[in-house]
Amino acid sequence: MAHAEAHAAHPAAHAEQQQHPIKLYLLVWGLLFVLSAFSYLVDYFGLQGYLRWSLILIFMMLKAGLIVAVFMHMAWERLALIYAILLPPLLVLVFVALMVSESNYVLFTRLAFFGTEP
Amino acid sequence: MSAPIKTPAAETLPRPAGLAGLASDWASDQRTFKNVSWGKAMMWIFLLSDTFVFGCFLLAYMSARMSTTVPWPNPSEVFALEIAGAHVPLILIAIMTFVLISSSGTMAMAVNCGYRRDRRKTAILMLVTALFGATFVGMQAFEWSKLISEGVRPWGNPWGAAQFGSSFFMITGFHGTHVTIGVIFLLIVARKVWRGDYDTERRGFFTSRKGRYEIVEITGLYWHFVDLVWVFIFAFFYLW
Repeated sequence: MAHAEAHAAHPAAHAEQQQHPIKLYLLVWGLLFVLSAFSYLVDYFGLQGYLRWSLILIFMMLKAGLIVAVFMHMAWERLALIYAILLPPLLVLVFVALMVSESNYVLFTRLAFFGTEP
Repeated sequence: MSAPIKTPAAETLPRPAGLAGLASDWASDQRTFKNVSWGKAMMWIFLLSDTFVFGCFLLAYMSARMSTTVPWPNPSEVFALEIAGAHVPLILIAIMTFVLISSSGTMAMAVNCGYRRDRRKTAILMLVTALFGATFVGMQAFEWSKLISEGVRPWGNPWGAAQFGSSFFMITGFHGTHVTIGVIFLLIVARKVWRGDYDTERRGFFTSRKGRYEIVEITGLYWHFVDLVWVFIFAFFYLW
C-alpha cells in the first residue's frame, strides 16, 4: 500500500495548486521594483554605517523572500520540501561566522607583521 | 495536467501544521515529498547545491575584503556612468537589476499561462524572458569591457585592493554563465511549447519521454534562482 502510494505521483492535483491569479505576480513584480529602487537610493543618498547595512539587508531579505515564496511557489509547497530547501542554507551562517572570525585574525596578523602596507 | 491518474495517492492524508507536520512527513511510512513531482524536487535539490557554490564564492569574497590591509575600491564609483554629462553612481547595476527583475515577472506569468495550456502566450512570455536575460548578459559584457579597459585584472586594479578584480570576475562571471545557460534553457523549452510538444505528447530528443507543461515551472525555478542570486550579489558586492 505504502509502495503503491510512493510510486504514484499525481500531477493533476499539483497543477491545480500552482494556479495563482496573475494579479498576485504583478503585485510581487511591482514590490520587487520598489524594493530595488529603495536599495539603489540607499547608495544614491550615500547612507553609511549601521543604517546603510540594516537597510541593505532588510531590502535584500524582503526581495529574496518574495521571489522564493511567490515566484518559486515555495509558499504553496509541501512542508517537508520547504524545510529541506530552506534550512540547509541557514547553516551557511555558521560558516559566515567562522570566516568573519578568521578574516579578523588574518587582518590582525597582516597588520602585526607587515604594518599597514600590504 | 494531461491525463489525471486516479490513484490512492490522490487523496492526500491530512497533515498536521508546523513542525508536527514536518515530523510526520519525514517519519511516517509515506514518501516525504509526496505530490511534489520528481522533476521539481530534483531542480530544487540542484538549486540548493548551487546555493552552496554561490555561498562559498560570496564567503571567499567577504574574507578577502575583510582581511585586506589595502582600501577596497568604492563600487558606487567603479560602476558609475556619465549619462548626458551627469555623473550617476552605480546606475549600470541598477538598470541590470531592473532588467533581471522584469525577466522574473514575465517568467512567473509564463508559468501561469503554461498551466492554463495557453501555448502562444507561454512561448511569447518565455521568449520575452530570454530577451531580458540576453539584455542582462549584454550589459554585463559592456560592464566587463569597461572595467578591463580601465585596467581591472584578476590580480589588480587601479583603485586599491587587488582582490577586488578576482572577486568581481569570479562572482559576476559565474552568475553571468548561469544567466546564459538559463537563456538557452528558456529558448529550448519555449520552442517545444510553441510547437505543441506538451499537447501532442511528443517524445523528447534525449529522454524519449513525454514532456509536460510542468517543465515551464521547472525552467522558471531555475530562472527565478538566477534572479535570487543577483539579489545577494547586488547587496553584498555592489552596495557594501
